[in-house]
Amino acid sequence: MNIAAKSSFVLNRRHLLGIEGLSFDEITALLDLSEEFVALNRQVEKKRTSLRGRTQINLFFEASTRTQSSFELAGKRLGADVMNMAVGSSAMKKGETLIDTAMTLNAMHPDILVVRHHASGAVELLSQKVDGSVINAGDGAHEHPTQALLDALTIRRNKGRIEGLTVAICGDIMHSRVARSNIILLHTLGARVRVVAPSTLLPAGIERFGVEIARDMRAGLSGADIVMMLRLQRERMNGSFVPSVQEYFAYYGLDSRKLTFAKPDALVMHPGPMNRGVEIESTVADGAQSLIREQVEMGVAVRMAVLEALSRNLPNA
Amino acid sequence: MLSDRRPILLANARIVDPSRDLDFPGDLLIAEGIIRDAKRGIGAAGVPQGTEVVDCRGRIVAPGLVDMRAFIGEPGAEHRETLATASQAAAAGGVTTIVCQPDTSPVIDDHAIVDFILRRARDTAIVNVAPMAALTKGLHGKEMTEIGLLKAAGAVAFTDGARSVTNAQVMRRALTYARDFDVLIVHHTEDPDLIGEGVMNEGEFAARLGLMGIPPAAETIMLERDIRLVALTGSRYHAASVTCRETLDVLRRAKDQNLPVTASASINHLTLNALDIGPYRTFFKVSPPLRDNDDRAAVAEALASGLVDVVMSDHNPQDVETKRLPFAEAAAGAIGLETMLAAGLRLVHDGSVPLMRLLHAMSTRPAELLALPGGTLRAGAPADVIVIDPDVPWILDPDSLKSKCKNTPFDEAKLTGRVVRTIVAGRTAYEYA
Repeated sequence: MNIAAKSSFVLNRRHLLGIEGLSFDEITALLDLSEEFVALNRQVEKKRTSLRGRTQINLFFEASTRTQSSFELAGKRLGADVMNMAVGSSAMKKGETLIDTAMTLNAMHPDILVVRHHASGAVELLSQKVDGSVINAGDGAHEHPTQALLDALTIRRNKGRIEGLTVAICGDIMHSRVARSNIILLHTLGARVRVVAPSTLLPAGIERFGVEIARDMRAGLSGADIVMMLRLQRERMNGSFVPSVQEYFAYYGLDSRKLTFAKPDALVMHPGPMNRGVEIESTVADGAQSLIREQVEMGVAVRMAVLEALSRNLPNA
Repeated sequence: MLSDRRPILLANARIVDPSRDLDFPGDLLIAEGIIRDAKRGIGAAGVPQGTEVVDCRGRIVAPGLVDMRAFIGEPGAEHRETLATASQAAAAGGVTTIVCQPDTSPVIDDHAIVDFILRRARDTAIVNVAPMAALTKGLHGKEMTEIGLLKAAGAVAFTDGARSVTNAQVMRRALTYARDFDVLIVHHTEDPDLIGEGVMNEGEFAARLGLMGIPPAAETIMLERDIRLVALTGSRYHAASVTCRETLDVLRRAKDQNLPVTASASINHLTLNALDIGPYRTFFKVSPPLRDNDDRAAVAEALASGLVDVVMSDHNPQDVETKRLPFAEAAAGAIGLETMLAAGLRLVHDGSVPLMRLLHAMSTRPAELLALPGGTLRAGAPADVIVIDPDVPWILDPDSLKSKCKNTPFDEAKLTGRVVRTIVAGRTAYEYA
């Protein structure tokens, strides 16, 4: 059976650069639309034609496996022609600037650009120079909107709601775009958000984000419905932001003992890729309370919903 | 061990307890390692059978001293000092808790080394030993140590010993991280670039001796920077050794702003000055260097007013290998565990520091800062207690020192007052014959 699009939701903007600025209704509609694609993706026939004729370029200035393949699959299932620009062989390596790259690609008339860049704000800068839609697939420590949407979808499907839940986001808040997008989204949908980290991994001013702040896992996880772990980059582990892997795991790594501080039915999430034995123990990552694999599944559906909702706003749509 | 753990009654004493600001004539009863009571007229009749009754007429009974800064050498430099010899020196000086520094070999930057020190101390030392751990790995000033795990192992504070962390970012992160674990960071504040080739205090005397000088600003600038970082991070911070007027001004401003900042002064900087170096006497080469007498007097005044919180020995054993050298080439450091109280009493006798203040800065305050149980004569506290004869005149004979090294600046000094008995956990660890 082919599931026809029931939702006619149009994301009434050209780009998706962040969760910031999205309304409660827009987020909810995107999640509702995503649900349709979850069902579609579980069928044998997964193809739709809504993006037929459209060109989608995945422009990744920073290496990614799951986000890039997730966007690629999402575009292909909607019928777009998808091209992946590998950064290693790109003109950037030859000294071309970000703007030059954007202008060059723009001349090829892509309809949708999916962009990841290591510098905060780079995706927005690029979006000012192109004619198509730009989707932020992660810019520096700023935003990663589709990750926050897929996390919300995963939570909503498992808990039936988001409003009123307590979500503890744990780990390297300072450098995390996932944390920023999630804080904004979960807030908008009425969750209680708590960040849990050593002070060295909390950005100055975080107390003004409307989140609760905890510096140890017992207080941070207490009463939590969702425990969202963040990846700690290797270069930050050895004495610069935290003393060592051993100490970080001892105090901030999620193991089955610390998970008992949260509600008995708490669920565990991680945006991946995981550092097993650093921020999360394998028995928890692979355990009954883990939603980590489901997050990956939701990722494709959410990206299809974003592509679909944005493309309905493209010229000639 | 000189005696067993019989109950002890220190009778007819002048009881001085700086933790409660009490100074009264009375008796103090110790049993099972605990202070049972300290009050007027316990008397020999009111004590358990078998109690050793000590007549303390004319003597002071006070909490055992907690020496917040002593460089020991075990592990790695046992030829200079071991935990055992340092503890004997400490007992002879009235120090019942030694806080040892992490610049051992290997450096105390791993919880296994903290564990080693505590086990060695338990097996060989006759006073309490509490280790500080390194603030940065290898004392290199680059990467913070495992502050949480080290604290859990028993480290009482974090410091790079006699080294300064020059990288402000490293210091900021360490302070930030340390706050989460509520630990005290102790920092030696001397800018190594400003020290340069300097070996003594900068000024006329250094110029006459032809020795390169160290400006007081080397110390002041580093403390000033640290105070700004404390204001940024809100972490508990302790300046390891303040020595000059400008530094005291910085410290005063920080305290006026209610920042969580405290400071120590060494007994050397309270009682000696740069002129004591005389003809290149290397036993007077310490770090930071001895300053002018005006600075010394200012530090003593700051101790009297409470601006300086703690007095420590800065005990640093050096042998002939490292001291019998031209002044510029000699190692810095002086031993002090055995002499800190007697030298400190000079300030009491000349009226510059009240006895209560001195004892507070040598026992109660360091115990508070490091969350150690001593420094008080309250009933129920561990029986770390000293008996002081405040008026006995004596001359320091270096051969009688218990420390393995004899590099004392009080060589042949005439002193008035000393410890006559040191009790650690209810056992007499030292008695003056």
